[in-house]
Amino acid sequence: MSQAATTAGSVPASSVASTEQYNYAIVKRFAIAAVLWGVFGMAAGVWIASQLAFPFLNFDIAQITFGRFRPVHTTAVIFGFGGNALFATSYYVVQRTCQTRLYSDSLSSFTFYGWNLALILGVITYMMGITQGREYAEFNWQIDIIILVVWVAYFWIYLQTLLRRNQPHIYVANWFFMSFILATALLHIFNNLEVPVGIFHSHSYPLFSGVQDAMRQWWYGHNAVGFFLTAAFLGMMYYFVPKQAGRPIYSYKLSIIHFWALVFLYMWVGAHHLHWTALPDWVSTLAATFSILLLLPSWGGMINGIMTLSGAWDKLRTDPIMLFLITALSFYGMSTFEGPMMSLKSVNALSHYTDWTVGHVHSGALGWVAMITFGSLYHLIPRLWGVNLYSLKLVYVHFFLATIGIVLYITAMWVAGIGQGLMLRAFDQYGNLAYTFTESVVFLHRPYVVRAIGGGFFLAGMLIMAWNIAMTVRMGIKSEAREREEARAAEARTA
Amino acid sequence: MKHESVETNAGLLIILTLAVISVGGLVEIVPLFYIDDTIEEVDGVRPYTPLEQRGRDIFVREGCYTCHSQMVRPFRDEMLRYGHYSLAAESMYDHPFQWGSKRTGPDLARVGGKYSNEWQVQHLIDPQSLVPESIMPGYPWLATTPLDYSDVAARMRALKRVGVPYSITEEEYEANVEKFGEEHARMFDINNAEEMLIEQAQAENFDGDSSFISEMDAMVAYLQVLGTMVDFSEYDDGHFAEFR
Repeated sequence: MSQAATTAGSVPASSVASTEQYNYAIVKRFAIAAVLWGVFGMAAGVWIASQLAFPFLNFDIAQITFGRFRPVHTTAVIFGFGGNALFATSYYVVQRTCQTRLYSDSLSSFTFYGWNLALILGVITYMMGITQGREYAEFNWQIDIIILVVWVAYFWIYLQTLLRRNQPHIYVANWFFMSFILATALLHIFNNLEVPVGIFHSHSYPLFSGVQDAMRQWWYGHNAVGFFLTAAFLGMMYYFVPKQAGRPIYSYKLSIIHFWALVFLYMWVGAHHLHWTALPDWVSTLAATFSILLLLPSWGGMINGIMTLSGAWDKLRTDPIMLFLITALSFYGMSTFEGPMMSLKSVNALSHYTDWTVGHVHSGALGWVAMITFGSLYHLIPRLWGVNLYSLKLVYVHFFLATIGIVLYITAMWVAGIGQGLMLRAFDQYGNLAYTFTESVVFLHRPYVVRAIGGGFFLAGMLIMAWNIAMTVRMGIKSEAREREEARAAEARTA
Repeated sequence: MKHESVETNAGLLIILTLAVISVGGLVEIVPLFYIDDTIEEVDGVRPYTPLEQRGRDIFVREGCYTCHSQMVRPFRDEMLRYGHYSLAAESMYDHPFQWGSKRTGPDLARVGGKYSNEWQVQHLIDPQSLVPESIMPGYPWLATTPLDYSDVAARMRALKRVGVPYSITEEEYEANVEKFGEEHARMFDINNAEEMLIEQAQAENFDGDSSFISEMDAMVAYLQVLGTMVDFSEYDDGHFAEFR
């Protein structure tokens, strides 16, 4: 253990003494915000999961009913936890790989306050019942404008930093981050084209209706997964996995091929959320076809990440941070196999509208997105504050709590989804429906309880991480104060 | 061109990425506005009345779509459970669409007329009193909160701007009479939106309490119209399959 602590958590002296060269202050703020939103968002998730298992928990209080609180959960984890983690890591990675300071301290500070203000307003307004009724884009139109301004600033900072790089090449992680920034801008603008009821009115009506609106929303919805939750986190992976492994990325060629294939193919697949609906068949067939193709670049990324560890597999025994990163890639591989399978129309006929979809999302969101974020933050935070992690043992505890939580969650959802899907399409010997809808709801109770417990495990791990990081940061602040003290003392002596 | 030129030029990287990510959306979304078959020609589909539209706004506000779909798929079990599969035309005035993505509760696309107003009111106030196994939250505040219809005309004007044929001018009104009949055309007249809302709420008294117009009145008015606009007995079996 003590040996592991020196190899996994130790900090090279060069990165400590770089506060002048790089803007670490902004990275610190986003990293802490990510942890806080993670705790809040996952707690909100456990809360709504418990409501489904025990509906009295809605308490007849409008603000916390499932319908209003579910967007609170999704927004807090996707844009709060994921978004802040992406700001933190992308601002760190772009500085390190370009060997230049982040462009404009004040503008980057604006992105921090703007982004988190939008999220807090979002949470409050959802609970008040102000929503656009579009999944993962529930922010009302005024908040949408704040987000747009923040996003343009983000793009500008990123571009200006890239242009000021002291390296001839733009490192692969930055391609992924850049594609995520561009695609998110495109998605956000088009999916939120709305006509407000009035300038001071919180409500607005979307420009399109019915089938076109559905297509637009799921083009957005799936690419929020594709770019916000995948491409951007691959950017994270492309920096932190080789760094933590101490080895170069496995294949440079593979990263080029899978980058362009991934960003091209993702944009086609959204309509697989609309199989068998009133959307014309040609669109959903096209989407299914591209969903199958998407397996290739997805696994290209997974292979590139995992194989980076070849020759250093022993690190999995000694380094819990590596465990997080490699497990994340394994879940990424698994859920990007499950996704194309569920986009087949015959599978989708059963799986759609059931908890199988919810389970699939969470094997990606908990297994891939959260795990890669945990690993990256455990790597990043000690370096930002120039100290070792408070406890590597707690990182192990977090890892096992998180893994058990995910396994409970997704197995419960497989049982719930496939079970309910089969019940609803079952016929008795006379050709009548074998079960009422209500009977399928009764069947769901036990899987829902198990899912809530799985979520509880995952949340417990998140709380341990928050504690571990709080203690690490405290150590960092103390040692900084000590250094300042010593410097002042030394100055006094020379004077 | 060597890939190195992309890696050393941020502008080129951005332009190429934008080009590559634009293709999929353009190919799949743009034609939906130009291919006539996308939305079927069908009789009966009409905009919502002011009261129904306010009910729909509340449906969106409470996040009902997080548990209920409004899209019946063309499968035997769904036909038996919910009715004829949903047509694109049936949601042509739905801003936003509420097809949903998850059925924690049953599909609502054809719930209109399936239960009485009294059942709907009681079920919304306390679902477990009618369906003990239900895991739906109660919405008792709908029955006690007066409906805010002060902005209904502004809402209809916004909807008109995005393409719903509510009328302002005499000409538009006449066109609506032609298309939807006089009874409905009156309801779609923005100039009388508030009166029309009150008229419908008082005439049909959805929540059984005539002392004031509650959010429940609007909600039940909306639920009771869902899926009832098209009379499928007028069409041959398989007629709509041609559009798919």
